[in-house]
Formats: sequence, structure tokens, C-alpha cells
Amino acid sequence: MSAQTNIYPAKNSTGRAQTEPAAVRWLLISIALVFLALFLLLPLAAVFSQAFEKGLSVYLDALKEPDTLSSIKLTLITAAVTVPLNLFFGVTAAWAIAKFTFPGKNLLITLIDLPFSVSPVISGLIYVLIFGLQGWIGPWLQDHDIRIVFAVPGIILATIFVTFPFVARELIPLMEAQGKEEEEAALVLGATGLQTFLRVTLPNIKWGIIYGVILCNARAMGEFGAVSVVSGHIRGMTNTVPLHVEILYNEYNYTAAFAVASLLAFLALITLMVKTIAEWKVRQQLENN
Amino acid sequence: MKLFKHHNNVLPGFGITLGFTIFYLSVIVLIPLSALVFRTTGLTWSEFVSTVTAPRVLASYKVTFGSAMIAAVINSIFGVLVAWVLVRYRFPGRRIVDALVDLPFALPTAVAGITLATIYSPNGWVGRFLEPHGIKVAFTPLGIVLAMTFIGLPFVVRTVQPVIEEIEVELEEAASCLGANRWQTLQRVVFPVLLPSILTGFALSFARAVGEYGSIIFIAGNMPMISEITPLLIITKLEQFDYKGATAIACVMLLTSFLMLLVINLLQKWSRRYAD
Repeated sequence: MSAQTNIYPAKNSTGRAQTEPAAVRWLLISIALVFLALFLLLPLAAVFSQAFEKGLSVYLDALKEPDTLSSIKLTLITAAVTVPLNLFFGVTAAWAIAKFTFPGKNLLITLIDLPFSVSPVISGLIYVLIFGLQGWIGPWLQDHDIRIVFAVPGIILATIFVTFPFVARELIPLMEAQGKEEEEAALVLGATGLQTFLRVTLPNIKWGIIYGVILCNARAMGEFGAVSVVSGHIRGMTNTVPLHVEILYNEYNYTAAFAVASLLAFLALITLMVKTIAEWKVRQQLENN
Repeated sequence: MKLFKHHNNVLPGFGITLGFTIFYLSVIVLIPLSALVFRTTGLTWSEFVSTVTAPRVLASYKVTFGSAMIAAVINSIFGVLVAWVLVRYRFPGRRIVDALVDLPFALPTAVAGITLATIYSPNGWVGRFLEPHGIKVAFTPLGIVLAMTFIGLPFVVRTVQPVIEEIEVELEEAASCLGANRWQTLQRVVFPVLLPSILTGFALSFARAVGEYGSIIFIAGNMPMISEITPLLIITKLEQFDYKGATAIACVMLLTSFLMLLVINLLQKWSRRYAD
């Protein structure tokens, strides 16, 4: 699409019959923008405004608090385990699904998407039902002094569940659209399977991977409901950043709550930026093919 | 294995990648989800029914599904409008607005929750203008609708937007050549093409809102019978060590999600039929 601005209407509908009168266009644009400003821009502005309400030093003090630092550490650990695992799964699943035909393929795709349609609360609950004291293997774990739920492993498991589809569902349609001629050519010319993947497939899906990873990471760092069920809310121990925000907020420590929340809002903005670039690159690559 | 024979495919790694995919899917998703179903079968039928139809639980369904429905309607109307404006018109800052639409996907729900609660509280940025008119948003069911609208908006926009991009302008030209005015063209040519995607977006937004927890609990007030959503009720039961109750209600919600998923898949199939 060309980068024209200030020219109404869009290029592909120039005739009078193909677009609305200027007044209607202005009205619709205004309504849409006011709605988005009210629903999206205002909350975003509010996070930062509340965070800096009492000045920069109060803001920084809130972030330097030991409990905040340990929650940041736990969130980083969680994402560092979750994202690579789901990335590996996503690439593997996309290879099997996009490059081969087999019965039950559509069912498999639906099952991979399943975690997106399950309530976050249920995503946490299922692990409590298995690993909790009243759960399937809870008593056995207790005897062997292994803690899964209300501890870090449970948080990681629940996070893996809620971010499960991100990379796979981005790569499957992309790799399907790219077909397999290039890989076949490489193999016929004598490349090994691994060489083919690393030198042919990987460069083709690079931006798709970045897209999936950035969304997976954003959700992993920001997940609240599922993690809340399995965490046990032990301050300084099993609190991720979003859970720490909740605790500060419920203690009426609003400035600190918003200061910590502003870190997550900042992460969201970076995510949107990278996502937009990756989307554009993927589109461009598909058009070139 | 005859079933999995794929002729003429020289690409390696099918067995191992599919094997790992199914293994990882089973360990992370399928086995844990089936745990929920199996635990529910541990309840007798009458136990199950009395748990999931208790007055407080029924009230929570009404709040959850009712609010999700209203939010999905609001999102369908404004989502289509936003998608239309983004595809068909050019205005300064369009690309930034386009990127910003995904904010509810990217912003952690807890952050959205405390922010909306603060803005719409009686002395917040928006709440202070509503309060004199007797409109209370924070800590009422209206707050639930607001939070659900926030988190559901991108679903409608992102489902309808690509369909508007794909509409062939020739169709609209033909309609106008045949004497239709702009309104008739929109109503009889454009709208029918968009309808499947609007319904899909509606269903996606509804499904997401029904399961939502983080952004709602801060603004809802969480009063039993009035503004208590079902996911919160599951957590409340869990905190009281009422595992049976939590499991039974969760099972109802899970079945609802599966039903929604089925509807969404059918809708998507329907919308693809138009594309071909």
C-alpha cells in the first residue's frame, strides 16, 4: 500500500459511487478516533501519569524495592524458560503440519489453538488438580518433598500453557503459504535435512518467528489469571510482576502499583512496535515469493 | 504405517516432528485438561447439578455471559467502524492508530484492570465527569462491560479488517452502475460480504470476555449475586478448599468454551466459502 497521507479517500475507491461523501468520512473517522482515544490511549496515558504522580524519585524507589526486584527476577526466569520451549514446539509443529499432509491435520491445529479458548483461571486450576495436595500426584510429591504448585514450577507450567499456541499459529500459515519447493531444491542439490532447515527454511520464517516470540513473551511476562491460581502469592518468593502489581494496588499503594505496572505497559509498547515491523516484513516477504 | 504414507515428499523429519508435537501437546494441554474432566466425573450427578445451579453460581453466569454479550455487541459496532476507517480512508497517524488497536492484546490484564478502575472511579479522569450524572462505572456491573469491551476490541477489528481489504471494488462499481446509491451498495453488497467475519469477531470477542479474569476483578466490585464473574467464583471456591465446587463450575465453563470454539470454527468455514 502506498504511503500517501492527507489524501481522501484511499487510492482504490476514487469514484463517487465507491466512497462516502466527505462529511460522512470525516464523521466516521472522528467517531473511530474518539472511541479509540477513550478506550486505548487514555488508559495507556493514565498508567504513566499515575506512576510519575509523585515524581521520579518516588517512582525509582518503588522499582528498587526488594519485593519488586524479586518479582521482576521471577518474571524474567519464567519467560526465559517458557519462550524457548514454546518456540521449539512452534517450529517443530509448523514443520510437521505445513510441509506434510496427514489425516487429522485440522484436528491437530484446533487442539494446538485450544489454550486460547480456555479461561486463564481454568489454565491454572488444571495444574492444581494434578499437582496440588488433593490432586492426582500431589500426595506423592508431598512425600518426596517436591513442590510444583504454589511454587515456581507451577507458575512456569501455567505460563507455558497460556502461551502454548503463539509461535505455532503464526508459523503454520506462513510455512504453508511458502510451500516446500525451495526445501526440495536444496535437498535435491545434496544438502542435508539440517542444512536445508538452517539455510533455506529459517531465513524464510525469521520474521514469523520474531512475531510469534514477541507475542509469546508479552503474554508470558504479563499473564495474571493462570499464574494467580498456581502461585500461592508468597511475597518475594512466588510473585511475578503482574501479581506484585495486584498486591501493591490492594494495599492502596497506588503510586508503587502503577510504577511497577508502567514497566509492563512499556513492555506492551515495545511489543506493539516489534509486532508491527515483523508483520510488515512477513507481508513483504510473502509478496516477493 | 500405511495411514501416514505421503508419496512424493522428499522432506525429512516428519515422524520426529509430528511425534514431538503430539507428545508436547499431550503433556502440556491434553492431559491437564482431561484431569479437569476426570475430576468432575468423581462427583455424583446430583452433586454436580446442585453445585453448578446454586443461586450464587447462576447469578455469576448471568453477570458473565450478559456482560460479555453486551461488550461483544459494542465491539462489533465500533470494531467494524474502526476497521472500515483504517482500510478505506487515509488520515495522518493512521499507521500508529492501526498498531495501537492491538494494545489490549499486549497490555497485561492486571495493568488494564487497575488502570480502568482508576480512570472510572468517582474521582478518576473519566469517572468525575460521569459521577454528577449519576453514572457509576467502577465497582458496578457496568465496569465489567467496560473491561470486557477493552479486552475484546482487537478481535473484531482484526477479523473484519482483512476482509474489507479483500473486497473487490468492482462489486461496488457494478452496484453503482446498476443504479444503487452508496447506502444501498453498502447495505446490499458490502455488508453481506462482511457478515461472516463480523459474526466471527463477535464470537471471538464474546469467548474471550467470558473467560477473562485479570482486567475485570479490579473494576467489578465483586459483590456476590451482583457483580461477581464466574472465573472469580472458581478462585473463591479454590481458596476455600472447595475443590469439588471449583472443578464442577470450571467444567461448565470449559464445555462452554468448546461450544464457542465449535461455533467459531463453523463461522470461519462459512466466511472462507465467500472468499473462494
